[in-house]
Amino acid sequence: MSVEISKHRELGLTDSEYELIVEKLGREPGDVELAMFSLLWSEHCAYKHSRKLLRRLPTEGERVVMGPGENAGAVDVGNGHAVAFKVESHNHPSAVEPFEGAATGVGGILRDVFAIGARPIAILDSLRFGELDSLRSRHLLDGAVRGIGHYGNSIGVATVGGEIYFEEPYEHNCLVNAMCIGLAKTEDMVRAAAAGVGNAVVLMGASTGRDGIGGASVLASAELGEGDEAKRPTVQIGDPFEESKVLECCLELLEKGLLVSLQDLGAAGLTSSAGEMASAGGVGIDIDVAAVPLREADMEPFEIMVSESQERMLAVVEPSRVEEVVAVCEKWETGAARIGVVTDSGRIRVLRGAEVVGEMPVEALVDGCPLYDLGPAEPEGWIYGNRQTLAPGASPEEELLALLGAPSIASKRWVFEQYDSLVGSRTVRRPEAADAAVLQLPEAGNAIAVSIDGNGRRVACDPYAGTIEAVLECVQNLACVGAEPLGLTNCLNFGNPEKPVPAWQLDRAVSGLADACTALGVPVVGGNVSLYNEGPDGPIYPTPVVAMVGELPDPAQVAGSSFVREGDAIALLGPFEPVLAGSELAKQRGELAAGLPQPDVAAVAAACATVRDAVRAGRLASAHDVSDGGLACALAESAIGAGIGCRVDLQHLRERGCSPEDALFGEGSGGFLVSGERAALEALGATPVGEVGGAAIEIAAGDRSLSLPLAEAESAWRSLAGRVDSR
Amino acid sequence: MIWGVLQFPGSCDERDALHACAVASGEPARLVWHESRDLGGLDAVLVPGGFSYGDYLRAGAIARFSPAMEAVAEFAAAGGPVLGICNGFQVLCEAGLLPGALLRNAELRFVCRQAELIDERGGERLSIPMKHGEGRYYAPEAMLDELETGGQVAYRYAEGHNANGSVRDIAGVRNAAGNVLGLMPHPEHAVDPLTGSTDGLKVFEAMARVAA
Repeated sequence: MSVEISKHRELGLTDSEYELIVEKLGREPGDVELAMFSLLWSEHCAYKHSRKLLRRLPTEGERVVMGPGENAGAVDVGNGHAVAFKVESHNHPSAVEPFEGAATGVGGILRDVFAIGARPIAILDSLRFGELDSLRSRHLLDGAVRGIGHYGNSIGVATVGGEIYFEEPYEHNCLVNAMCIGLAKTEDMVRAAAAGVGNAVVLMGASTGRDGIGGASVLASAELGEGDEAKRPTVQIGDPFEESKVLECCLELLEKGLLVSLQDLGAAGLTSSAGEMASAGGVGIDIDVAAVPLREADMEPFEIMVSESQERMLAVVEPSRVEEVVAVCEKWETGAARIGVVTDSGRIRVLRGAEVVGEMPVEALVDGCPLYDLGPAEPEGWIYGNRQTLAPGASPEEELLALLGAPSIASKRWVFEQYDSLVGSRTVRRPEAADAAVLQLPEAGNAIAVSIDGNGRRVACDPYAGTIEAVLECVQNLACVGAEPLGLTNCLNFGNPEKPVPAWQLDRAVSGLADACTALGVPVVGGNVSLYNEGPDGPIYPTPVVAMVGELPDPAQVAGSSFVREGDAIALLGPFEPVLAGSELAKQRGELAAGLPQPDVAAVAAACATVRDAVRAGRLASAHDVSDGGLACALAESAIGAGIGCRVDLQHLRERGCSPEDALFGEGSGGFLVSGERAALEALGATPVGEVGGAAIEIAAGDRSLSLPLAEAESAWRSLAGRVDSR
Repeated sequence: MIWGVLQFPGSCDERDALHACAVASGEPARLVWHESRDLGGLDAVLVPGGFSYGDYLRAGAIARFSPAMEAVAEFAAAGGPVLGICNGFQVLCEAGLLPGALLRNAELRFVCRQAELIDERGGERLSIPMKHGEGRYYAPEAMLDELETGGQVAYRYAEGHNANGSVRDIAGVRNAAGNVLGLMPHPEHAVDPLTGSTDGLKVFEAMARVAA
């Protein structure tokens, strides 16, 4: 017994979880069974610390085609078409080996989307690293960007947007969240539920090797620590060429109606795919590991069942169609092996030829893991560090330059130029041309916009308000290009949920997400949770990454974020009440503290509707939401993009009670910076604050008034490339 | 004018190319599977961008041996117009249908940006995107002199737009007969004002003049 106990602990199961497995099986589990249970009962697969919280999220909506529980969520975009989307983390693999970690993160999220029968049309990425002056952070950034580019470029899916923040708490535990968007004919979409007793289970794609064994349990469900180098073998290796063939093959199979159901192999490999397909369909599955094509002949049954080798898919096929399926796979020069059969036993049986090497009830394996309540406790005050990088007494010009040069705010051109943002001929707004990526859908006769956001620093200040802000930021970004939200997905990146503070952060953030989505009427169609993101100094900033897809009727009526014409009026719109709390300036001054003002969701939603309608009607030359670095940075970004300066007076904000500093650099939800004809802006209820023109950024703000030549602002904003490549 | 677009496992831009061919010619274009030698009924052939067979050995090195490329070589030898874009350009160079070679970008990074090109016949400036990791055109000095004298340099990057370090700013070249053209930038991604530019149509028009 003592030997067994040490073994289950090694695999990440607690003693009481092990006892529960013994109870459910009515005996001690064998090696194969223990390996399979340990993975499906891991945090990564079972969501055992988050599932109860996630029940708070609203998931219903008129446009929802597929909701949580499927490989990806999907919303109706009209004309018989649906847009599928999902975001998923690959944090710990990327922290151990950034190139392969990020590459396989992209590969995995692509498979989730084509598993439901949607052709991937776009990728976005949300990345977090430590400060840029750390060699480790630059190494991780460089590797992750190369990995994302390698996979996305090679497979021919456009990377159209994303966001990156650099903050000390991510130094040890970086975040790599990848999002994929796909387009499908609604009638061709397929679910993951296995059905039809006697139907064949076919494994398609790459062969199965020893790579990635234990990825989900060893890497994703525990804190990183000493000896992470030794975990490199648990990181999977990607092959985008194989995935490209598997993708085309699966889409052809679905178009020909040859598959009953389809599921990708991700974390926990065959164990998870077979288990989830059987569970969703209320059936059993027998798998013969001797029929699985292997890279190494001497693999043990448990290794075959848990291998995370990439670029594999599992399909249920009627026996009479297996030959046709194999023929399509041969055309695409990818593997196809009949490895099992759907049964009515309600059990997963693992066989090696005629010998049964494992057998367990599907219900126990997939849904039997205990769900835990959290033990949250609000910390007293600010638990993260403060580092002052801006000298006291800096002039407003020096402050603006320091903000524009901050890696989190500076132009990410160095990053996005390494990605193919054009393939597919849908990209109407390229990266940094507008607040959201815009993709035309000639099939549906309209376009979609996509935004991904999540400022962990602000969530750290107030997990509830900060998460609401992340949702509002997405809605505002969509409004700036004239899009209305259709659905939301998310990736919740938090620390160890067994500790009181990360538990409290997670609990409050999920409440914020639920309340914001409910108030806005935006359904949550899917999500992913990544916990145990900690370094030696404690948890990462709590980072709910929110991704939203919106619809716009006419891709020709889209505003950009840059000013357009000399002489245009500039105006402010929305319930914007900027404060320095949680801002980039507060960070640089070393003045971060707990607490944020509570955003007024209804008022922000009303402003979004106004901007959206104005963009669609072509009444705005530009629209940009006020975000990191406040109004001064938003003005600078709109001016740099146009190559034209601006003259602005912020008296109006000061009349509302803002200090000059708050007006310039304060942050908060609800602010839109728009330009166009003065009369058109006034008709929207926007407050004119100045005009486009000149070769400088000139802002009157009482004793903090500033004037900065555009060229100086631009050189600070474009400084990222030089600093990344410095070794 | 009926275009055929080759499709290898690992091709990425073949659907965009099909669309662009149809926009440019007004007639639907046809995919040609890499294992097919049948180019019957086609007036021109496009070898598209992507990563044919994964490009694992060297860009274009495996695709040149495909049955479809054997047929393209015959088609080109008979004077048929052939356009290679990005990976297609690499394949045509590997196949010996075009002179020179494409090396890794000087900065050793993939680069995707809008580029300005000069059409060497007439000097017109075109705005067409580039996106590649191995697009640095190279040929020995003597061959370059010969290409320039023979009017085989088709497109050059405008000043400040040579992002890959190509020798003599060369973005695209023709064969001596003038019916085979390869270039690294992507004219098939520049046929719709909504996605940035329609200057790519001018490259297709130039190929149509070869066919005529």
